[in-house]
Amino acid sequence: MQTTPLSLVTLIAEPVLEARLTSRLLALGATGFTVTECHGEGSLGRRAGDIPGAGVRIEVVAARDVADRIVEEVSRDYFQSYSVVVWLSEVAVVRGEKFVRHR
Amino acid sequence: MGELAAATLLAPAPLAFALGVVARLGRTEFRLPKDIYVGLSVYLLWSLGLQGGVELRHAGWGAITYPALATIGLAVLTPVTAYLVLRHAGRFSVADSAGIAAHYGSTSAVTFIAASTAARAAGLEPEGFMPTLLALIESPGIHIALAIGALGGKSEGQPAGAVLREVLTARTMVLLMGGLTVGYLMREAHWTPIAPFFDARAGAFKAVLTIFMLEMGLLAGERLGDLRRVGLFLTGFATVMPAVFGVTGTWFGHLAGLSPGGAAVLGTMAASASYIAAPPAVRVTLPEANPTYSLTAALAVTFPFNLLVGIPLYLRTATWLSA
Repeated sequence: MQTTPLSLVTLIAEPVLEARLTSRLLALGATGFTVTECHGEGSLGRRAGDIPGAGVRIEVVAARDVADRIVEEVSRDYFQSYSVVVWLSEVAVVRGEKFVRHR
Repeated sequence: MGELAAATLLAPAPLAFALGVVARLGRTEFRLPKDIYVGLSVYLLWSLGLQGGVELRHAGWGAITYPALATIGLAVLTPVTAYLVLRHAGRFSVADSAGIAAHYGSTSAVTFIAASTAARAAGLEPEGFMPTLLALIESPGIHIALAIGALGGKSEGQPAGAVLREVLTARTMVLLMGGLTVGYLMREAHWTPIAPFFDARAGAFKAVLTIFMLEMGLLAGERLGDLRRVGLFLTGFATVMPAVFGVTGTWFGHLAGLSPGGAAVLGTMAASASYIAAPPAVRVTLPEANPTYSLTAALAVTFPFNLLVGIPLYLRTATWLSA
């Protein structure tokens, strides 16, 4: 099976940020994303709204440079004011060409 | 006032709320599944809107002009007053004051329902078009408070104007305003068969409300632990300001020509604090505002206060004013 090495950016953030984050991801060069509802503790704690500890998990598969831009922008614009956790992992993606935007 | 309070409190909805609080204090893990909670709120809001629209068509726009003006007046007065009290008497930061004021400038639909039910039970049927006023008071207060917060200084969040569309298209507004529109346009013949399901006086609505109140109790109980962080001033604020807003609102309603029941419900709307529409709007615009303050005040203090003390007080005020 042919796979392409790419980066997986995982963001765990407050639900109110979902719309902003996902539109920024696309603007930064991601070809798509996946959002899952989650809940937990730690950084998430009790935030906006009637459902405590709720969060969204946003996963993006992208080339390393796009991933780096995403991580940089998220840390710059959100870390100070909001609950956001970000990590990078390396993944081997099937049909990897789908995840890379060609200029 | 004792019998009024007893009649108000020993009903399934407030009792379910109390059960929720006690269960949470007893460390139950139980929560209503989120989708069910949201589904029930859709039902409640849609019913309010639909019936309100039908009743508005019956009553006509003329009947609602002065009450609408009174409502808008309250929608402007409450966030500004709340902000000033918090900032200057409470010494909260600009962001915290504006964030909390945004909650108190808006309203709680569930408290509205509780007030309508209590008024009805006391023989003081409120005007049927009250949900229209609910829709009017829901959003302006949030934007006014956020604008004050934005004026107060640079914020890390989005500009206050950007959140206008999001608030106006959020669940509560779509269901309330949409329901009002549909109810208004609908022919009477269409309302009759569905009324037993949506009418606030009917069994289905009251039944759903009790389950919803159980979840409210669980939520409020969860927040009780944060009272210590919230502090004495804010706890006092969360009881005194609603009482002041509630009595003032009742008076405004009386001046606008509402019946005692309607005036008391309007007062309750002014006295209640939002915990659904306001929090995300504040979070996005004023992230420096601490959500623990506003949510604990609104859910753990003001909501039960209005249920236990406020609504009987505003009803009493309304009957006294009309005597």
